[in-house]
Amino acid sequence: MATTLTPVLSKHWDAKSSWTLDAYRATGGYQALTTALATDPADLITAVKESGLRGRGGAGFPTGMKWGFLPAPDGGPRYLVVNADESEPGTCKDIPLMMATPHELLEGVIITSYAIGCHHAFIYLRGEVVHVYRRLLQAVQEAYDAGLLGQDVAGSGFQLDVTVHAGAGAYICGEETALLDSLEGRRGQPRLKPPFPAVEGLYSRPTVVNNVESIASVPSIVRYGADWFRSMGTERSTGFGLFSLSGHVQRPGQYEAPLGITLRELLDMAGGIREGHELKFWTPGGSSTPLFTAEHLDVPLDYESVGAAGSMLGTRALQIFDDSVCVVRAITRWAEFYKHESCGKCTPCREGTYWLVQVLQRIEAGKGTHEDLDTLMDVCDNILGRAFCALGDGATSTITSGLKLFREEFEAHLNGGCPFDPAAAALFEYASGSATGGAGTVGA
Amino acid sequence: MASYDAQTLARLEADAAQVVARYPEHPRSALLPLLHLVQSVDGYVSPAGIGFCAQTLGLSTAEVSAVATFYTQYKRHPNGTYTVGVCTNTLCAVMGGDAIWAELTEHLGIGNDETTEDGAVTLERVECNAACDYAPVIMVNWEFFDNQTPSSATALVDALRAGEPVHPTRGADRVVSFRETERVLAGFADGHANEGPGAGEPTLVGLRLAAEKRWTAPGEAGEPDGPAGARKRGAKREEA
Repeated sequence: MATTLTPVLSKHWDAKSSWTLDAYRATGGYQALTTALATDPADLITAVKESGLRGRGGAGFPTGMKWGFLPAPDGGPRYLVVNADESEPGTCKDIPLMMATPHELLEGVIITSYAIGCHHAFIYLRGEVVHVYRRLLQAVQEAYDAGLLGQDVAGSGFQLDVTVHAGAGAYICGEETALLDSLEGRRGQPRLKPPFPAVEGLYSRPTVVNNVESIASVPSIVRYGADWFRSMGTERSTGFGLFSLSGHVQRPGQYEAPLGITLRELLDMAGGIREGHELKFWTPGGSSTPLFTAEHLDVPLDYESVGAAGSMLGTRALQIFDDSVCVVRAITRWAEFYKHESCGKCTPCREGTYWLVQVLQRIEAGKGTHEDLDTLMDVCDNILGRAFCALGDGATSTITSGLKLFREEFEAHLNGGCPFDPAAAALFEYASGSATGGAGTVGA
Repeated sequence: MASYDAQTLARLEADAAQVVARYPEHPRSALLPLLHLVQSVDGYVSPAGIGFCAQTLGLSTAEVSAVATFYTQYKRHPNGTYTVGVCTNTLCAVMGGDAIWAELTEHLGIGNDETTEDGAVTLERVECNAACDYAPVIMVNWEFFDNQTPSSATALVDALRAGEPVHPTRGADRVVSFRETERVLAGFADGHANEGPGAGEPTLVGLRLAAEKRWTAPGEAGEPDGPAGARKRGAKREEA
């Protein structure tokens, strides 16, 4: 049978006032917490390990194993920090989750804190989503008022405080150690690893940093069991996940499905590519993952298969571009993003992203040379694996894959500039000309 | 050094004490919310605000400035009443964000990080704001305006400049001012959490399709009687 959708996290997003404690409880919310609080914390960690849940923030590291890396309790504090700094281009799953059902995340936070022995958890939300912050603040207040947080969580004697912290605009803070520095009130720059956060994280204490969707998946594992979770997905990429379709599809949006579903299946559900056009290229997991084309429509979207096909599952941010889109324009814009967001700490990324933009803008404007194409590959070579954190690596992904897949299109730009009309890609009618906005106009 | 009048300072100190209390034994963690708080009073990170943060947290003004200049939401000069941010990252740009940007810069006669003469609108190019399924997107004071066009965008900024209330697609009933927004980002609830929808249509598209096709997750998780199903399942788990 073809893969079908499996709404778990998204199942009650359409409930009336879905963000309130009452609405969440009416759908069985916080039952998993009751179960968890009556379970030995070590057994909870075992259950999450057995479920096979892997980090939903992009890297795919096994969640239970991450928890298990914490050293034995020494009487000092241990922290859970939720990475809610969703900013990877194309990624748009955690923000709607927290907007619709913040308690789903909060229940996961309480269970996880109990499992790892944390008494003060933090949710680091990017600052550019004020209404989501309102909903999280309210959810936490409701939880305190209902006795689900504080000195005696649900009458169990377990003590937990939760602080929701708003960032202030910096993509790099999605990198877990940069996030910790930012949460400590510093510039958000990544730390040298090791030591890993599990050993020296927030305030140099043992810390678990997990993505929103990972933590929100924990209550369902407690409630229905590791076997239930494993009954979805593939052998090594278990469970369900939110697949976010955007771009030139008929019905963009959130599709919650078992890992291993294919883009062909998802596109079928989403009504296909924009009328009258064909799929040209797509990102399987955000702009830090190498590009795919129509040749990859049947690649199972699980960690192993996407990796074997030369890309990364990342955040399942499926940005779909049809044949109206200039790949050079798309890649140049992503490069501008990485240059803007490079934190400046390490030379390969800071200097490399700067030069990538210079060369790409030249090519897009029709002033490039064949040598420029080699220079691009050369600069990417000098960033990949040499940068301090994953941002630098990510900056090279679409460039190296794009050059490999669409070299002719790059070459077509060398004589006379871009052969595409940007108006053809837009969702509305307008006269192009002054409206390309393209190369050289990013003043930031 | 620039400073606040006694009344403003007293109010700031009371608010700052609440912010610092969220981070027991680690006051420096309060710096980001305190910078948001300063913007809620001054409309940008003012010299007085930098001095206040430094004094409150026992830091030097250089340390505070180093942090303030790292993050794009902190403004180095007075901001307009409304920040209008057009997403021009690749996906939104291609879907029409570039055309919207071109239209707005021409319509308002200002560029990136510039403010209209009446002080109403500060225009910004913003990076991906996690709403790609609603592209092209505009953020006004960090509220979502989904599925925009050049004409909807010019109507939006005209309304803002005329002082008319504007309604986000997914957010509070009306967009509050930059300073009021910054107070929320400092962690002070403003009573608007229950306004607006839980989700827009693209957020629900998969859920709707699953309901139509009767697709569910395996086992009781998929049953419509969630709570009852969960109890049964919980019992099974204990037996197992």
